Amino acid sequence: MSDTILNIENITKSFPRVIANKKVTFDIKKNAVHAILGENGAGKSTLVKILYGLLEPDEGNIKLNNKDFKVNSPAEARKQGIGMVFQHFSLFDSLSVKENLILGIDEKMSYSDLEDKLENISSRYNLPLDLDAPITALSAGEKQRVEIVRILLQDPQILIMDEPTSVLTPQEVESLFVTLNALVKEGRTILYITHKLEEVISICDTVTIMRSGEIIDTSSTANQTAKTLATKMLGQKLDDLKTNYEHIKDEVNFEVKNISCDFNDPFLTDLKNISFQVRVGEIYGIAGVAGNGQSELMDILTGENINIKSGSITFDNKKIEKYGPQKRRDLSISFVPENRLGHSAVPELSLSENILLSQFPKNNFIKNGIILKNNVDDFANNVINEFKVITPGNDAKASSLSGGNLQKYVIGREISSKPKILIISHPTWGIDAGAEHSIRESLIELSQNGTSIIVISQDLDELIEITHKISVIYDGNLSKPFKTSEIEIEKLGLLMGGKNE
Amino acid sequence: MNSLFPSIVSRSQSSGLMNFFVPIISIVLTLITGSIIFVLLGFDPVYALYTFFISPISSTYGISELFVKATPLALIAIGLSYCFKNNIYNIGAEGQLTMGAIFGGGIGILFHDTNAFWLLPLMIFAGAIGGALWGLIPAILKTKFNTNEILTSLMLVYVALFILDYLVVGPWKDPFGYSFPKSRPFSESGRMPLLFDGLRVHFGLIITLFLIFVSWFIFSKTIFGFQLKVSGYSPKAARYAGFNQTTLVFFAFAICGAFAGIAGLAEVSGPIGLLYRDISPNYGFTAIIVAFLGRLHPIGIIFASLVIALTYLGAEDAQLFLQIPSAVGFIFQGLVLFYLLGAELLINYKLTYKKLL
Repeated sequence: MSDTILNIENITKSFPRVIANKKVTFDIKKNAVHAILGENGAGKSTLVKILYGLLEPDEGNIKLNNKDFKVNSPAEARKQGIGMVFQHFSLFDSLSVKENLILGIDEKMSYSDLEDKLENISSRYNLPLDLDAPITALSAGEKQRVEIVRILLQDPQILIMDEPTSVLTPQEVESLFVTLNALVKEGRTILYITHKLEEVISICDTVTIMRSGEIIDTSSTANQTAKTLATKMLGQKLDDLKTNYEHIKDEVNFEVKNISCDFNDPFLTDLKNISFQVRVGEIYGIAGVAGNGQSELMDILTGENINIKSGSITFDNKKIEKYGPQKRRDLSISFVPENRLGHSAVPELSLSENILLSQFPKNNFIKNGIILKNNVDDFANNVINEFKVITPGNDAKASSLSGGNLQKYVIGREISSKPKILIISHPTWGIDAGAEHSIRESLIELSQNGTSIIVISQDLDELIEITHKISVIYDGNLSKPFKTSEIEIEKLGLLMGGKNE
Repeated sequence: MNSLFPSIVSRSQSSGLMNFFVPIISIVLTLITGSIIFVLLGFDPVYALYTFFISPISSTYGISELFVKATPLALIAIGLSYCFKNNIYNIGAEGQLTMGAIFGGGIGILFHDTNAFWLLPLMIFAGAIGGALWGLIPAILKTKFNTNEILTSLMLVYVALFILDYLVVGPWKDPFGYSFPKSRPFSESGRMPLLFDGLRVHFGLIITLFLIFVSWFIFSKTIFGFQLKVSGYSPKAARYAGFNQTTLVFFAFAICGAFAGIAGLAEVSGPIGLLYRDISPNYGFTAIIVAFLGRLHPIGIIFASLVIALTYLGAEDAQLFLQIPSAVGFIFQGLVLFYLLGAELLINYKLTYKKLL
């Protein structure tokens, strides 16, 4: 097959507790834009890291131009003709564009040679650059251009782009597409990693869809629609649903109204007019692909960020959008952010000490500023017993627990105080199946006892299993809610891919 | 066959044993390096080390001197641990010490002819206030303007030293002092009482031990100590918990400044008895080494202050008996810090020899 540039055969890569790539096999055609589409955790990043020499596969072969291809470092990969532009830039902020380019290439080059080459690249591929500007002065799109030029200086055959549009404005996206088309016209190949359906259809020739580490399909984009892609990306997830709606009261106790927030930071997503309501005993799910405003929204719900531009949060008829975390806990609102180590728990401290991070009015942990250690220890022991946390004791450091055990402990700490509302982000992220199951059970049980729960998660299976309503966040916009028992998976997929019909 | 050089492997959990051994390892390495330096200078290393570390404390007077030097070091170091535990790098304790000496000493000069029981407590209080106010300047700059406290606190050291300079050659100069740059002596009741007749160890030692005990209690038993610790380990977790980090920064700087201020006042009202230019042989800077050598733990700081105090005494004896500059003492302090920072790696990493095929 002369028009195939890269053959990927049976690539398998496993990490502790998860197989990231399972016998991944597909070919990439020369002179085309090839998309790899998938949800978070589908195995896209692992695959391209293997191609770029950052990870070593457990099994499988890769052939570049029909020759065996095996690299141990990005430098070797670049030598063989594979370049990669990462989602997060690796540039020296205080240096100029020119200095960054000189530093970033593998062979030595004089400034005048560089300038000649750049002239050529800039005009050929629609990549204008001000060579003397410091990186700090550039927009995200311009920084990305520097990264692309840096790779092009080494004349790669294959260019891997990891979610290239996630930090760009719509205008910058268009200009990027012009560049990509010019590159392909010249005979180069682009490997385009994305979760955005629209981009796959508009710019890519072929698409490989990945789900849970496996290849679902590789086909031409010509006869695909956003709908067919969405279904393949998400799979059929609606089997044997048994959501119970009976215990939900017809009374809204948590309402977010028109929350907007600007960050002026290309790596954060501005929130746009977010509104939703949660009823007593209801589990409200917020789905979406990572980086669409979830962590920004979480900070606003917890009170860690109270600098909103407009909008309000009402709980039990009180406006609480200006309350900090402790003031919200005093109202019996409880939260579990996404990161365990260093956010909802301090790894260096013991389990007992970690109890003190989250205090509710009814806890009797402090008297006149002095910690009542016995009460704290009792509480910790209760959480350990009740939620079956495996640990040598309450004096074990949080860092010594497995992810699942620590998550059970943190969630146990929060729900032991019987909050009126629990706001939780990615409750089962990165933990084993056993812990996952028990955490979901305890959330369902909690809601049946009258606690409202807001779950932010990228895991659709999880949301469909435990929630009563789901809405989707995309680029800082929250969709209207859908009843989980009546939801169409296609519709969700389209919303997650940014297509709202 | 094993590889020649060990590779550094991250430990799954930081080693408690190493936490204890790191200070000891660094002291041993300092002694070894020290003896090499002595050999290169042409001295018998055993005799030199004896002169440096044993002979200064082989008399009662020597031991008393050891405590005289250790007192300010330990007091400032325990104050610094309020900042360091919270990951605030206040390195301006020398300036806070100087301000404490100026405020407290100022009271002493004002009441130079008064003898009353309230004088010394008032001076101690003024010293604490002076140090705390000086410490609050970098705290305000940090919280309001997001400046780096390392730079601001350090620069304020020199401002404080120049203020002291100005005062002792200008308005506070002793009118009967033959134009020497020093103040009037304090009255007898403005002096730290001596603990033993004929020895210079003074009441400041008791104050220091008391404040170390109080700090131990705060660090291990109170929610305030817990907040400092959490905020140091993980600012995000502190924000999640809803701890007010601005308040924590203010308290840490104020307490550290107050302790350094009391140490400064204890120096001028203890061994010195008046204000002049060189009230501190860099106690404020050396206490940083003491704090880290003592692992920011109250008991550790007590031992560390004695070890570092010994380098001051050893340097004096070395100058006397070996005719080498007393700056050698600073070399030893530097070596301790150098090895300490290096050996810290062993707490979170271990060295392993990879098998070569």
